[in-house]
Amino acid sequence: MNNPLSQKSWSPYLVGTGIGVLSWFAFWSADHPLGITTAFEHSAALIFQAAYPPIADANSYYDAESPKIGWEWMLVLGVFLGSLLSSRTSGDVERISVPQMWRERFGSSVALRMTVAIFSGALMMFGARLAQGCTSGHGISGTLQLAVSSWLFSVIFFSVGIGTALLVYGRTRNV
Amino acid sequence: MFDPIWKLALGLITGILFGILLQKGRVAKFRVIVGQFILRDWTVVKIMGTAVIVGAVGIYALLPTGAVSLHIKPLVWMGVVLGGIFFGIGMALFGYCPGTSVAACGEGRRDAMAGVGGMLLGAAAYVGFYPQIQGLVTQGGNAGKLTLPEVSGLSPWVWIAGLVSVALVAIVWSNRRRLLASTQHGDSISGQHHPA
Repeated sequence: MNNPLSQKSWSPYLVGTGIGVLSWFAFWSADHPLGITTAFEHSAALIFQAAYPPIADANSYYDAESPKIGWEWMLVLGVFLGSLLSSRTSGDVERISVPQMWRERFGSSVALRMTVAIFSGALMMFGARLAQGCTSGHGISGTLQLAVSSWLFSVIFFSVGIGTALLVYGRTRNV
Repeated sequence: MFDPIWKLALGLITGILFGILLQKGRVAKFRVIVGQFILRDWTVVKIMGTAVIVGAVGIYALLPTGAVSLHIKPLVWMGVVLGGIFFGIGMALFGYCPGTSVAACGEGRRDAMAGVGGMLLGAAAYVGFYPQIQGLVTQGGNAGKLTLPEVSGLSPWVWIAGLVSVALVAIVWSNRRRLLASTQHGDSISGQHHPA
């Protein structure tokens, strides 16, 4: 068991330090902050453009941004592959549709959980693009640069997340 | 359409390391993300807090050498405030954030896979309504690419020292019972189970 990848989890402080050092590497090697949601925005824009080319002239998005398969797109692919490697190596695989906490509150309906996951995922992404960043882009990369926008975004999303979760799941449930 | 191949490879390698760290950090799990929001599991805060402090020290130390440059997101008031509200509601219901949902797909989580599809729809809505959204959001004003050191007139190192102090106080406070017990009984605190 000398391979650290075969462990199911590492200390959160070790993981945090790793992400901090990884952000040095990203800034230094690619001149990019770690961020996830730009790749989704660019993918959506490229799909629109492929399905209906005239959109590039009609929608001012294509003047302001140049969507591409770039560093950030590969970063997202890498996150999936890295997690896949890590979870398979340690056996920490959870092929579940309805997480236990969700089931205790809302029952075991797969349709309900999937529907809420799609719409809440969409709402979360829409919010991230409005603010130009997510937990990675604002919450880690932006706050570590001491950006005012990122600290404001992080305080707001964390507070709203706490309020929403306490309303929806309640404080007393077991984790 | 495509970045050069070396940059694509660099992104892939960085992403693989990021994915391993997120999976080993246990933040690709619904119960850990929601557990943080109901204030029962502090893993997310520990990881983010450590990452921000370590990251800030490195970036601000490297900045004078020219090896790195800052990438500050503009403070578009309405976008950041509305975006933060939508993001917080969405993340609490989904139980994953954008990065950890992708990592959760690697763990085999079906609900995260559905949500990633939803995330593409959310991005499509943003791109599709971009002209209207920009017209609306910019009405709230844009304060520009501001940093806390610029706004306060203080050195970034004062802010970083402040963050380190807050983190140390939080660590001591969250371990106060264990620390008190060890000073009263003279026990060694090593080898004891770390509290949640």
